[in-house]
This record gives sequence, C-alpha cells and structure tokens, in this order.
Amino acid sequence: MESPTISIGELNLQDTELRLGLPGSDEPEKRCNVGSKRKCSPEEESTGNRSDAKSDHNQSDNNGPPAKAQVVGWPPVRSFRRNSVQQKKEEEGGRYVKVSMAGAAYLRKIDLKVYKSYPQVLKALENMFKCTFGEYSEREGYNGSEYVPTYEDKEGDWMLVGDVPWDMFTCSCKRLRIIKASEAKGLGCL
Amino acid sequence: MRVNQVEVPRDENGSSILDLARADIAESSTKTRNCAACPGSGSGSMEFQSPYPDQVLENVLENVLHFLTARRDRNAASLVCKSWYRAEALTRSELFIGNCYAVSPRRATSRFTRVRSVAIKGKPRFADFDLMPINWGALFSPWVAAMAKAYPWLEKVYLKRMTVTDEDLVLLSESFPCFKELVLVCCDGFGTSGLAAVAGRCRQLRVLDLVESEVDDDDVEWLSYFPESQTHLESLVFDCLQFAVNFDALEKLVARSPSLKKLRLNGSVTTPQLYRLITQAPQLTHLGTGSFGALEAVAAGDQEPDYASAFAACKSLVCLSGFREIFPDYLPAIYPVCTSLTSLNFSYANINAEHLKSVICLCHKLQTLWVLDSICDEGLQAVAATCKDLRELRVFPENPNEDVEGPVSEVGLQAISEGCNKLQSILYFCQRMTNAAVVAMSKNCPDLVVFRLCIIGRYRPDAVTGEPMDEGFGAIVMNCKKLTRLAVSGLLTDRAFSYIGKYGKLVRTLSVAFAGDTDMGLKYVLEGCHNLQKLEIRDSPFGNEALHSGLHHYYNMRFVWMSSCKLTRHACQEVARALPHLVVEVIRSQGERNDDSVEILYMYRSLDGPRSDAPQFVTIMQ
Repeated sequence: MESPTISIGELNLQDTELRLGLPGSDEPEKRCNVGSKRKCSPEEESTGNRSDAKSDHNQSDNNGPPAKAQVVGWPPVRSFRRNSVQQKKEEEGGRYVKVSMAGAAYLRKIDLKVYKSYPQVLKALENMFKCTFGEYSEREGYNGSEYVPTYEDKEGDWMLVGDVPWDMFTCSCKRLRIIKASEAKGLGCL
Repeated sequence: MRVNQVEVPRDENGSSILDLARADIAESSTKTRNCAACPGSGSGSMEFQSPYPDQVLENVLENVLHFLTARRDRNAASLVCKSWYRAEALTRSELFIGNCYAVSPRRATSRFTRVRSVAIKGKPRFADFDLMPINWGALFSPWVAAMAKAYPWLEKVYLKRMTVTDEDLVLLSESFPCFKELVLVCCDGFGTSGLAAVAGRCRQLRVLDLVESEVDDDDVEWLSYFPESQTHLESLVFDCLQFAVNFDALEKLVARSPSLKKLRLNGSVTTPQLYRLITQAPQLTHLGTGSFGALEAVAAGDQEPDYASAFAACKSLVCLSGFREIFPDYLPAIYPVCTSLTSLNFSYANINAEHLKSVICLCHKLQTLWVLDSICDEGLQAVAATCKDLRELRVFPENPNEDVEGPVSEVGLQAISEGCNKLQSILYFCQRMTNAAVVAMSKNCPDLVVFRLCIIGRYRPDAVTGEPMDEGFGAIVMNCKKLTRLAVSGLLTDRAFSYIGKYGKLVRTLSVAFAGDTDMGLKYVLEGCHNLQKLEIRDSPFGNEALHSGLHHYYNMRFVWMSSCKLTRHACQEVARALPHLVVEVIRSQGERNDDSVEILYMYRSLDGPRSDAPQFVTIMQ
C-alpha cells in the first residue's frame, strides 16, 4: 500500500464549487498530464485553473462573456486541430509570430512569450537564421551588420526591433522580418 | 532443397522443414516480388519424394488459404484443427494487432512466421484528448526488436497511437531491406532524425505517411536524405509537421519521384512553392496544399503565378486537403479540379458560406467532405444541394468552447439528411440540436454506419422542446440497421441507453460522455449490445454494479475505458479476479490517492497477462 500523502492538488475544493451539471457527475477540472511535452496553447493551459484569466483569452476576440474554465479533453477535438485554427487568433495577440528572412525559402515561427528581453530574442533569431546582427543603438540602429531584424506592428508599420520598450514590442509585434542592412535605411526612428 | 521422408525434425511450433518448404511453394506461386533486393525463395529448386497423403492435403490447404485475406476468415480457418492452424499461420502475410498489449511480440512472431505487413494499435482513443497521462506506454520498441529478428522480409508497418522513438526508426531502416511502406497515425516520440534514417536507408520506400502525429524538430533536414537517384515514392504525407521543411530538398525530391501520387504538404509550404511542386507533378491524385495563404512578402505589382492553370493540369486529382492558412481569394484556383473531386478536406480552412458555395457547387462527385463549422448551416445546405453522392461528412468546430453561439445547428443536419441520402458516416460538432433533426437523419439516411454527434455544451437538451436527446439517438439505433459506431452527447437519460441496448445489435464502438442517470444505463448496453468491442465512457454516473453486469462480455471486447465515473478499486479488483485473462488497469492522473475511487479504468483482454512496462501511476489489479 502506498503511504498516504496529500498534496495541494488533492485538497478537494471541487466539493465547495458551484457549477452546472447533474448531481453526482464528476467534472474533472484538472490536467491529466503534468509536464506534458506537448506545447500548450493558452486555451489548453487554462484548463483546470478556475480563476485563470487566460481562459478569457479566447473570448476576448469574440467580445463575448468570459468562458468558464474548460474541462480537460472536451469537446473531443485533438490538440493540433485546436492549435492550428486558434493560432491565427493568437498571432494577433503577439505571441506566435512568423519570422521571414530576405532570401530564405521558408518561414519560421517563434513564440515571443518565451523570451524576456531583446538580447534573448535576437540571439534566438541569430541562431535560427545563421546570421549576426550588430550592436543596437537608438540613434543608429544596428551598426555594422549585414542583416537587421525588423517587425511589423499592429498599425502595419515596419519598425526596427528594439525601437520600443520590450513589453510594448511583444504586444504589438505581428511578424518579424530579417532584412539586409542596406534595405533598412529609412525605417522607423532614423 | 532435398527433403527426407524419415526423421523430419520439428521446431517448437510443431512445424517441420516440410511445412516451411510447402509454405514457400504456396507463397511463391501467388505473391509477386517487387523488391529487387530480396532473394526469392524460389520454388524451382524444391524437390519432393512422393509425399504422404496428409502432406498433400496440407499443400492443397496452404494454396487455398492463400486466397483468404480477411482477418475474420483467417481466424475462423485457424480454429478448424491443428493442421489448419499451422497452415494458416504459415500463410498469413498481414498481421493486425488491435491492442499492442493483448499479445506479446514474442508470441505473435512465433506463431506467424511469414509476415510482410504489420499493423499495430496502441493507446485508446481518449488519449488523443489528454485524458491519458503521458508515458503510459504503447511502445513500438519491443515490437520492432522482435520483428527485426523474425521478419527480415517485412515490407509494411502501420502504427496508430504508438510511441515510436528515433532509435526504433533507425532499427527499422536497418533491419528490413525490402521495406516499402511506413504509416504513422497519431504517433509520437520521434523526430526528424528518425525520419532521416528511414528516408536514407529504405531504398525501396514507396509510402511515408505521417498522419496527425507529433514529430519533433531535431533540425535534421530529413528530406535531403532520400537517395539522389529516382525514388519509388508513391505517397509522401507530412501535413502534420509543425515546423518548416527544406523546400529545395522537397522540390528536388518531387522532381525525381515519377511514381508520386499522394503528396500532402505542411503549412510551411507557401502557395508559390505549391505552384512549383504541382507543375512538376501533375500526375498527383491526392494533394495537401500546405498553407494556401497569401505571403506577406509579396510586394504590390509582383506577378503571381497562374495557380488555376497549374491545378487544371492536374487531371488525376481526386482528393484535396490542406488549406492551413487559406487566403479565400485563391479559391478559384481549385475550380478546375472540383468536378473530379471525390474527397475534400477544408477542416483547417475558416471559410464562410459564400466561399464554400463557390467551390461546392462544382463538386458533384464528392463522397467525403471535412469542413469547419465556419461555413454555417447555409454552407451545409449548399452541400446538401449538390453532393448527392456524399458518403462521409465531418463538421469540426472552429471555436471549441462551450457557451458560445454555434454557427451550425439542427438546421444543417436536417438539410444534409434530406440531400445526402447515401450518407454512411457523420461526425458533427454543434452547439444546439433537436431530436427532430436526428430522427430525420435516421430515416433519410438508412445506410448510416457511423453516427457521431457532439453537442459541445454538456447536458444540452433538445433546443426546441427542452427534452433530453433520448428519442433522437433512439431513432438512430432503431432505424439505421447497419450502424456499427455510435457517439452520443447532449442531455441523455438511462432511456437513451435502453434504446441502444435494445436496438444497437451491430454496434461495435460506443462513445459516451457526460450522460446517463444510473447504473441501469450501462447495464442496458452491456447486456444488449452483443457485438460491442470498444467502449469508452467519461464523466458518467456508472458504478460498480454496472461494471459487474458486463463480466459475461468483457472477453469479447478489445477494451473498456471508463474515466471519472463512479467506480471503486475494490470493484475493479473483483473484475480482475473473476476474469484472469483481462488486464485491469487503474490509472491515476495526478498525485497519490489513498481513497478507493477510480479515476481511470482501462481494461482489455490479453494472452500474455499484465504488461511489464507499466509506469508508476498505473496499477494493474490482480
């Protein structure tokens, strides 16, 4: 027999919670796979968190009332099917953004949420596209590099990565594009 | 090979060299060998002394059995007597394992020694919806290890819901010189390194299909690993890959694959790239278009390729899918192929009714249609008006949340039932439904084999009458005499299950969620559905007494899944003790529990007892 241990997850708060449903029906609002290697869309992450603001995320685009916390695995739609259709909406919120590079045949995608600062995301881009960016300065942009990271913001303007405070960048960035330094003249702040 | 009449040694299976020799004759007389690398076990070198009468019989038998392809027939033949059992085992070339834990690899490969094609299924379907903790099992490793030794001439592997590692794929690529087809459906555990091994080493490869599988990006350009010469590729499916592929390598591969018929691209392939591919491969019959979106980088004034002409040149195209980031203005490009299409998958395309109509009005031959509910009831009405030959329809939710207004409803279902009388299979997600529409479908579509209705809001009653959805589902089981698969939803009482038990005599797969009142519901099903093989239930108030009522039937089933019901460990243990060949797994998804309640019960028959690879959170009752 296992020795009984009670973890936080076991305090049965479900009993005191008000919800719809027939009496006796157990609605498991919990994650079944702790440490799932599957990348979670914010929608999946909200599962099981009762007062999680993220569960409102889907509704905020629809201007509807916030959705109640979702039940695991319901409705029975496979996760990749949710992800691909939902991801388009997420992109407007600025999390997953496409990254293209002048001359590269295919697009990549990065999750801005993963990074905490400009140096981090720039490093990631450098690794991804095997290029280097120079030193960034407010006045002169990226000095001395062949390539320069730019992004399109919510207003449709193309800006130099680094021009605005980090938080503003992650909210407003719609997509990234790495262009040749020669094309960068005349962008944004210069 | 000289064969002695006396002292014929027999191996552990009771087979002798004579048996094997005869099996070779039987094999080579009907099987063609496509594989240049495989030496034929040529019958020409076989010599016999005058055979004993029973040897003649066995010889004849094997030749005859060769024509039996259906599993059920082969299983029946194998039960006639020992001689037939042996002959059948020697001549079975396609092995199907419906539950990877029902039999051990050793037992399977010992009995069936001349297998060319293997299909193995692992996790139960509810694992797709995150109801099964990860690392539960269903590993391909022990199977590939056993097959590497037992089946050197293996040509095909089909896996569903298995965990496959890169090492497994490497071993596969190294062990089977004749390997031709790899199909992985809903699998995980591997990445581009494993794919590179298969691409690089399986020189006879015809089919590489990755369907709804989770593939890791190991930064290996797997497409570059295919041999430089012309390939034998007939099917290349990778639309589930969530990362970019090397387009240059892909383009060159397509150019040197003259037999390619099926090509399903993932979303990283842009529309101009698609254009380049299909102009080089107009012989395609099945195409997954990839993104089908508009590239942001296209500057104003750039000339876009003539997509419509490219599609028009694909005169053999019958199946279209993809449209992962669809730019609706591009839809006219596919008009030229619509009239020949038998299968269309728009389930990733959030197009509206107008967009759909423009396409569907041309699709007179359509038999299979998958769509998003963004097309609304209006779109479904258009489908009903044109697609008179429709056999399969799936309507997926664009927004899979409860408490939202859904764009499709009973109106769409009713329309489909009226327009598409040949319908055999339907999967329909909606937010509201009525009994009347479901009853209508039961009467208008008598050929229904699969009926899966998912009313997303749990416990939703009939949207018009407020009644439970019992009568609708009752009508389905009553009127659809060919029904073998059923998934129910909405507000359902025990009555619905009494209908299913009473009329659902052919039902093999039943899926239940958030339904029923008491144990009687499950009892009706277990006592009435004599052909039930797969039962998956979640969040329903069925308990120990109901579980007990199925003891007479569990050995006839592939599996039973019950999660978040009202079962106790004690009751599960009783089942395990009553049925020693049933493996009864009690699975916890979180933390430790010291109470008697059962979160997940997963039980299945097995010839080889409890598995040895069960993780910590699985308790096998004994």
